[in-house]
Amino acid sequence: MSTVWPRLEPLLARVERPARYIGCEDGAQTPQHAPHKAAWLLIYPDTYEVGLPNQGLQILYEILNERDDALAERAYAPWTDLEVELRAHRVPLFSLENHLPAGDFDVLGFNLAAELTYTNLLNCVDLAGVPVRAEGRGEAHPLVIAGGHCTYNPEPLADFVDAFVIGDGEEVVSEINEVVVDWKRSGRTEGSREQVLRRLASVPGVYVPSMYRVTYDGPRLVAIEPRYRDVPARVEKRTIASLEDWPYPRQQLVPLTEVVHDRLNVEVFRGCTRGCRFCQAGMITRPVRERSAEQVRTMVAAGLRRSGYDEVALTSLSTADFSGIEAVVGSIMDLGDNISVALPSLRVDAFTVGIAAQLQKARRAGLTFAPEAGTWRMRQVINKLIREEDLYAAVDGAFSSGWRRVKLYFLTGLPTETDEDTLGITELARNCVAIGQRHQKGTSVTVSVGGFVPKPFTPFQWFGQNTVSELERKINLLRSDARRSRGVQLRWHDPKATLIEGLMARGDRRVGAVIEEVWRSGGTFQEWTEHFRLDRWVDALANAGLSADWYVHRHRTEDEALPWDHLSAGLHKDFLWQDWRDALEAVGLADCRWTPCYDCGACTGYGIEHVVASAVPPAGGSQGTGQDLSSGHVVPVSLISRRPASAAEVGAGNA
Amino acid sequence: MRLRARFTKLGKVRFVSHRDLARIWERAVRRADLPVAYSSGFSPRPRFHFGLALSVGHESWAEYLDVDLTEDLDEVTLAALSAQFSAVLPNGVDCTALAVVASSGGLSLQEAVTSSTWSIAMDGGSLLDAAASVEALLGASSVFVTRERKGKTVNDDIRPYVRNLLLEGDRADCEHGVVLRAEIGTQPRTLRPAELIGALGPMWRERRVVRLAQWIDHEDGRQEPLALPAGPIPWLRTDVCAT
Ligand code: B12
Ligand code: SF4
Repeated sequence: MSTVWPRLEPLLARVERPARYIGCEDGAQTPQHAPHKAAWLLIYPDTYEVGLPNQGLQILYEILNERDDALAERAYAPWTDLEVELRAHRVPLFSLENHLPAGDFDVLGFNLAAELTYTNLLNCVDLAGVPVRAEGRGEAHPLVIAGGHCTYNPEPLADFVDAFVIGDGEEVVSEINEVVVDWKRSGRTEGSREQVLRRLASVPGVYVPSMYRVTYDGPRLVAIEPRYRDVPARVEKRTIASLEDWPYPRQQLVPLTEVVHDRLNVEVFRGCTRGCRFCQAGMITRPVRERSAEQVRTMVAAGLRRSGYDEVALTSLSTADFSGIEAVVGSIMDLGDNISVALPSLRVDAFTVGIAAQLQKARRAGLTFAPEAGTWRMRQVINKLIREEDLYAAVDGAFSSGWRRVKLYFLTGLPTETDEDTLGITELARNCVAIGQRHQKGTSVTVSVGGFVPKPFTPFQWFGQNTVSELERKINLLRSDARRSRGVQLRWHDPKATLIEGLMARGDRRVGAVIEEVWRSGGTFQEWTEHFRLDRWVDALANAGLSADWYVHRHRTEDEALPWDHLSAGLHKDFLWQDWRDALEAVGLADCRWTPCYDCGACTGYGIEHVVASAVPPAGGSQGTGQDLSSGHVVPVSLISRRPASAAEVGAGNA
Repeated sequence: MRLRARFTKLGKVRFVSHRDLARIWERAVRRADLPVAYSSGFSPRPRFHFGLALSVGHESWAEYLDVDLTEDLDEVTLAALSAQFSAVLPNGVDCTALAVVASSGGLSLQEAVTSSTWSIAMDGGSLLDAAASVEALLGASSVFVTRERKGKTVNDDIRPYVRNLLLEGDRADCEHGVVLRAEIGTQPRTLRPAELIGALGPMWRERRVVRLAQWIDHEDGRQEPLALPAGPIPWLRTDVCAT
């Protein structure tokens, strides 16, 4: 292996933001390659600025580099200007640490967090000089492995990726490494690639698509079944029982050039059981595993000291739910005068004036809440049981503590949504502006609206996504209403991109041909508005003889085989179906972290349980009960010892 | 109290922008636990004063930064600070000298510096071609180039900025092509090395540009804002010098 740096260096003088390609971050390692070490190249298939802050790859980077028989370097998708130069000068995709050619690594390990990055994965593999289709690879080529949330429906990428990892990577990455090291030590002899894939297929949590046969009946998928008896019929996700055992990253990378979320990140818990029915992240990462407040404090203090950052984000899917959050935030603020704390995902009903006051000491510019839907009825359907009063109290708390700008996130195109529900969005926003004006002049509320995309392993996986024209109609309704409302600023996602996200999210293996054609026609960086072009996708679908209606807009039936039925997030399919029926009747479901278990399967199936320090929800608001609880009061839920509920208890009475 | 630091920007970090470098310094200063003065306002920033900006991709042995502190530092702390900075700065950015300077009354670094010395490696011709280009430029009484200034194209005579131009010969050992040593004036505004190369003729292409020194003119000569220490600098990370 030899570095590409001398060839790359002159090219960097000609591209935008060359600092993306130099590495040299604080926390970056310079691993020594050796025959007894499996060499991993961890790749985020988007730009450096977007990919660097991903914590998943940073965790794996450290775990692998701590091992004697492994090493890891990193790469990100080169921007289009550098890609042109690389191709023109025959320079391959490279690692940032030693600037080595990607094709010389043993594993290309991708993180898939967003569906619209799929064409970038193909592009990175191709830039590495590796055949894009898995079947074209031999012993000389690296293994292409992918993890991350999108692997819960890996089928659209099944022809391009050798193995997918389902669930938490902390443990399984070492198990995979052992298989790869053996392969490397044995000299990667002819025919050994097939054997290595076969061995990987038996590692729990690893799905090797080439080991499965897919049968169709016309457009209908019939089944995805293993080809061999030692290959599991169903791949179960991996879940680490305790986050406390994995205090990673210990040396978070501190980039030299500004990235999105350029700050210290400390993951305070993984998993979320609020049970929002649209949220795949919540469903697939159950149960809740909190770090102790003590460990959070230590990681924050050490991280700030080491990095020189003055801002820390406490990350999770709903940070206000962290046991004792106010005390933790308070103790972080005490670390220094100019330290600020960001809580990226705030539930409004758990956001108290206490937290607002703590946070505002650092004078953050904006605060974001996600009510997700405009009416109480709609929020019951999606099980985001936030009362309007909760939102108003949170907004009031924010404005009265000195915030000037509040951002609200909403989804449109939800199941059973009427125009009244849609317009509830602008109505809520108007009321928030009015609250703000009681405290200060010129307050503004930014409303960000995204089109809803049904995701695998959620109760909405059977729902037919709204068409582009339906979403456009709803956005136009909102636009004309917002125009009449002073202080309300509306932003929205392009419904055309939403359509393609839906195609990737619930497509089957046949959609791979579409991805490949779009990539071949130059369709990379589809996450970026300036590069997204729907016509490429429409053409590729037509050429493949596939219909977006079939994959995206059609309601699915209970007995239908789904492309991800051979994978498992622990969740029982009948639990999800029941939750879907409940949704249609606008019946809510409580958070099982503080109320009895309803046996969704995520803990019961794997012999694990919630790790939460507090037996009751944080005080304030309605806390998902939908009841009128005055702020500051504890939600009256009774806590029973953790045990799986019996079938009789679960029944249909989930509400 | 105002602290002046002299530092390098060598090797891979030369692709980092001026703005990014300021952020890198902010973090380094926080890690060194210095009592930095902050600006007031909605989002307070440390009170830093950088010297002349360096274009992305160019290297330097002589960058400067003034930092305002709220408390005075004692001698012992000061003496250890250069090495301490280097330890928390990225590879290629090393603090080579440090001193206390007058915090008010004086000119800012940008106003005070009158010229820079550059080492400019170019491709596009032989040593003889270069000699001809240099001679032509030095022999001319005025050299007009069009350049962008605040969004407008202006026609400037750059000849007065070129104080000295010396050909270093074809350093074949470094494979760095033709190497020029140039002293370029920086007042009232500076001439960029890229503009100088353009003025030498269309065949020349920049290969490697390194700022070697910055100068402040006096009646009786010139002086660096902060000179390098006489002896070796033990904490200088030599691996960057190879690039
Ligand atoms: C930080 C963050 C960002 C950052 C960094 C990018 C990123 N995705 O990490 C920024 C701000 C740039 C960002 C942007 C976006 N994000 Co974001 N982001 C997050 C956040 C808060 C944390 C991600 C993270 O670090 N997780 C923690 C690590 C530990 O998990 P992980 O990455 O999944 O990795 C683990 C496993 O998956 C596995 N694994 C992962 N990769 C690999 C690879 C191998 C080889 C192996 C063996 C294992 C493995 O091992 C890891 C350790 O267990 C999550 C929410 C959350 N708390 O999870 C949202 C989230 C991932 N983002 C989301 C979204 C929607 C986006 C955007 C599309 C938003 C937008 N509309 O612009 C963009 C897309 C960016 C892009 N092009 O990729 C959604 C994804 C929704 C979905 N697909 O279902 C999430 C879940 C938030 C949410 N609740 O909706 N995001
Ligand atoms: S198994 Fe029970 S406790 Fe665990 S996430 Fe599912 S419902 Fe909640």
